[in-house]
Amino acid sequence: MARMLTFNIFRYNPQDSASFPHMQEFRLEETESMTLFIALNRLREEQDHSLQFDFCCRAAICGACAMVVNGRPGLACHTKTKDFPDKITLMPLPVFKLVGDLSVDTGTWFRGMAKKIESWCHTKKVFDPNAQEERMDNALAERIYELDRCVECGCCVAACGTALMRDDFLGATALNRIARFILDPRDERTEKDYFDIIGTDEGVFGCMGLFGCQDVCPKRLPLQEVLGKLRLKMAFAAANNLLPKFLRREVRL
Amino acid sequence: MQIFQSDLLCIGAGLAGERVAIEAADNGFSAICLSLVPARRSHSAAAMGGMQAALGNSAMGEGDSPDVHFADTVKGSDWGCDQEVARIFVNNAPIAMRQMAFWGVPWNRVIGGEQTYYKGGKPFQAYEKPENEGLIHSRSFGGTAKWRTCYTSDGTGHAVLYALDNRATQMGVEVHDKTEAIALIHDGSTCMGAVVRCMKTGELRAYLARAVLIATGGYGRLYRATTNAVICDGGGMAIALDTGVVPFGNPEAIQFHPTGVVPTDILVTEGCRGDGGTLLDVNEYRFMPDYEPEKQELASRDVVSRRMVEHIRKGFGVKSVYGQHLWLDIRHLGAHHIHTKLREVEDICQSFLGVDPVTQLIPVRPTHHYSMGGLRVNKDGAAYGLKGLFSAGEASCWDMHGFNRLGGNSLAETVVAGMVIGGKVVEYLKGADTVFKTETMRDAVAKQQARIQSLISGANGGEDVYAVREAMYDALILGAGIFRNGKDLQESIARLNTVLDRARKVGLKSSGLGASPELSLALKIEGQVKLALCVTHAALNRTESRGAHTREDFPERNDRDWLTRTLATWPDSAADKPVLNYEPATKVFEMPPGDRGYGGGKTIPMDNPPEAAPKGANGKAQGSEK
Repeated sequence: MARMLTFNIFRYNPQDSASFPHMQEFRLEETESMTLFIALNRLREEQDHSLQFDFCCRAAICGACAMVVNGRPGLACHTKTKDFPDKITLMPLPVFKLVGDLSVDTGTWFRGMAKKIESWCHTKKVFDPNAQEERMDNALAERIYELDRCVECGCCVAACGTALMRDDFLGATALNRIARFILDPRDERTEKDYFDIIGTDEGVFGCMGLFGCQDVCPKRLPLQEVLGKLRLKMAFAAANNLLPKFLRREVRL
Repeated sequence: MQIFQSDLLCIGAGLAGERVAIEAADNGFSAICLSLVPARRSHSAAAMGGMQAALGNSAMGEGDSPDVHFADTVKGSDWGCDQEVARIFVNNAPIAMRQMAFWGVPWNRVIGGEQTYYKGGKPFQAYEKPENEGLIHSRSFGGTAKWRTCYTSDGTGHAVLYALDNRATQMGVEVHDKTEAIALIHDGSTCMGAVVRCMKTGELRAYLARAVLIATGGYGRLYRATTNAVICDGGGMAIALDTGVVPFGNPEAIQFHPTGVVPTDILVTEGCRGDGGTLLDVNEYRFMPDYEPEKQELASRDVVSRRMVEHIRKGFGVKSVYGQHLWLDIRHLGAHHIHTKLREVEDICQSFLGVDPVTQLIPVRPTHHYSMGGLRVNKDGAAYGLKGLFSAGEASCWDMHGFNRLGGNSLAETVVAGMVIGGKVVEYLKGADTVFKTETMRDAVAKQQARIQSLISGANGGEDVYAVREAMYDALILGAGIFRNGKDLQESIARLNTVLDRARKVGLKSSGLGASPELSLALKIEGQVKLALCVTHAALNRTESRGAHTREDFPERNDRDWLTRTLATWPDSAADKPVLNYEPATKVFEMPPGDRGYGGGKTIPMDNPPEAAPKGANGKAQGSEK
C-alpha cells in the first residue's frame, strides 16, 4: 500500500500584509518514483494554488530548486520521497533573500559574487576571427570543466557556518570559481591579483573548515580539496616575501 | 511605476539573448536582459551534447567543411529550411566556436595518436594527427557525414552559458531576473518595449528600448511530456502573436527526441548514441539496423523517433506502468567512458531512475523535444511585421532547421545567430531612432493592469487555470504527436476551441498578491492555447509528410505544393483560429530538393526543379568580410 506523506512547508508571502511566517501541513499519497518536483507541483495544482517554489530544468542541471529538506540543503528535483520518512519538512534556503514560501532570490547573490570576484578571463589579447584557436591540453580542459560544473544552486552557501554569520563571506562557490580561473591559462591574472580577491577574511581565511559545503554539493565538487589548496597557495603568496629563498613555494592547484 | 530605458531589450537571457546583448554592449550600447530565472539557469544549460561547427580537427572530422555541414543541414531539414540562412550559419559556426574558446569555454581537445572510439556499439581505432593536438575536438551526432560536434564532456550548454554569462557580466549587460514580459509595447508598426511583471514582487514595470529581441526559447511546455524546462512555455511567441501582425513560422514543425527517459521525460543526450549507444527492444534485440542499415541509431532524430514508435506498434515495446518504452544500452562503452564522458547521463539515470547505466539498460521513449517553428524573422533576425523587433535562437524561425533539426545544430545556432543577428541589431541601433510614445506605453500597461484585476476578481469567470492547462495538454497531443492524420487533428482543434473558451474565463483561486505563480500562468494560458491552435491548424493544412511532420494520410513529401513555410498570425484576438499564409521555403537553392538518403518515403517532385545556385554565394563568414 502506498504511504500517506505529510509535508510541513514554510509559508510566508512578504507581499501580502495579512501573511506571516508559519508552517503549513499538507498530505499527499506517495506514487512510484515520486520526487519533490512531482509532489510540490501536485500540491500546488490540487491543494493550494498560492504555494511558491522554484523549478526550471527539473533534471538537476540548472540549480533552481535548492531548498532545505529535513534540515539538509539539496536539489528538490532529484530528491526522491522514498528516501525519506513519511514526514518531510521543507524550508527555503537561508542566507538568500526570501521571495515567498520556498522561493528565494539566488540571482542577485550570484550576480553580485560574479562582479566581486570578476568572474571572467582577464586578457589583453583581442579575439581574431581569422585565427585558429589557441591550443589547450585536453587533460587541462577536463580539469577546468571539473570545477566549472558548479550550478550556482546555493546549497554550499546555505550549509556554510561562516556564510550564515557573515554576509561578506565569499562562500565555497566563489572560491571554487577562482580556482577554476587559476587553472585556466586564458585568464592572465597574477597570484597577487587573486590574493587581493580571496587572500582575506572574506575569502579563504574566513573558512572555518567545517566543509558542510562539500557534504551538500549536489554536483559533488571537490570543494574541500579546492579550499585546502587555495588556502595553502594564498598563505605562501603572503609569506613568500618574508621567507628565505629555499622555503618559498608556488603552490599549484 | 518604474520605467527602464535601454538601447536594446532582450527578452530572454539564455545563450541567444545574452550573445546578442554582448554584441550590443561591445559596441557601446546599453543592454538589459529580462529572464524568468537567473541567466545561468536558462534552458541552454541543459543541452548536454554539443555544437556543430566544421572545424575538421579530429580524425573522424577530416575533410569536413562548411559545404559538407551545409549539405547535412539542408538534408536534415528535409529541404524545409531557408538555404541562405543555413549558409550564413555553417560559415560562421567555426568562428563562433573559437570565440567561445577565447571567452573561456573548456572545449574538449584533440589528443594525438591512436584513439579508441565507438560506432554502432563496436570499438575502432582512429589516428589523431599529432599536429592537431590541443585543437577543439569533435564527436559524432546523428544525420551528419562527419564528426563535427564540439563538446565539453556532456555539459556543453552549461559550460558555454557560464562562459557567455561571464562575458556579459564583464561587459556590463544587465540581467533583470525573475521578470516576465507579458505584452509588447507597439503601435502596430514599431516595437518600443515591453510591459513586464516582476516575479519577486508582482509589480508591473515598463521597459522602453529602440530594439527589442525575443529569445525566450521554444514552446515545448504546450505538451505535457517534453524534455523542455518548465520555463519553455512559448511566452515570447505568445506576446508576439498577440500583436496581430507578427507571424508564427512553421508552428507544426516540432521535433520529438528518441531518448527521453521513462517516466520523467528528462533527456539523455544523443551523445550516447554518437559514442556508440544502441537501441534494444523487449527481446533486447538491436532493431535499428533492420530499418536503417546505413545510419542505424544515428539517422536523424525524426527518423529514429518514428522507427521506435513503428517498432513499438509492431509489438516489440517493453511494457511498464508508464506505458511502453524501449531500451538504450551504453553498457559496452565501459565504466571509464561513462564516468568521464557521459557523467550527466549517469547522474540522471542514478538520481531519477535508480538505474546504473554501467550495468543496466536505460528505459527510453520518444518525447517532445524541440520547436523548429517560432517567431518568423528574415536572415538579419528582424521580425516580419514590426520594426525594431528581432528574434534569435529557438524562439525564432530564422529557419536553418526547416522541418527537422540536427542534434548539435540548435545549440550552435544560439551563439552563431547571436553573433550574426547581434551584428545586425548593432547596425540597426546605429541608424535607428525611435519616438517613445508615452500614450502607447500607458495604454499597454493599463490594459495589462485591467487583465490582472479581472483575473483576481473573477470578472470573466471562475475556470481553474491548472485544469484548463491539463485540458490543453490532452487536446494537443491527440492530433499533433509523432504521427498525425486529418481526423485526429480535426478532433484536436474542436477540443482546443473549447479549451480556448475556458481559458478566456479563468479566475484566480488565490489572492494573486506577490509573485503568484497562479497569476503568472493565468496571464499566459490564453496565449498558449492560441499557440496550440496554430500548431494544429498548420499541421492539418499541411497535407504532406516532411521531416518531423508525419501525416499518415499523406505519406509523401510534396515538393510540388508544399515546399513552403507556414506563417500563422492572429489578427483578431477574439477570433478562435489563426490566419494561415505561406511563403516559399527558400529563395535560393544551393541544393535543389533531393533524397535525404535515410528515412525512406516517396517524394512528389516540383514541376520545375530549380538549378543549383553557386556554392556559398550568400552568407560569407563574418570574419572574412573584415
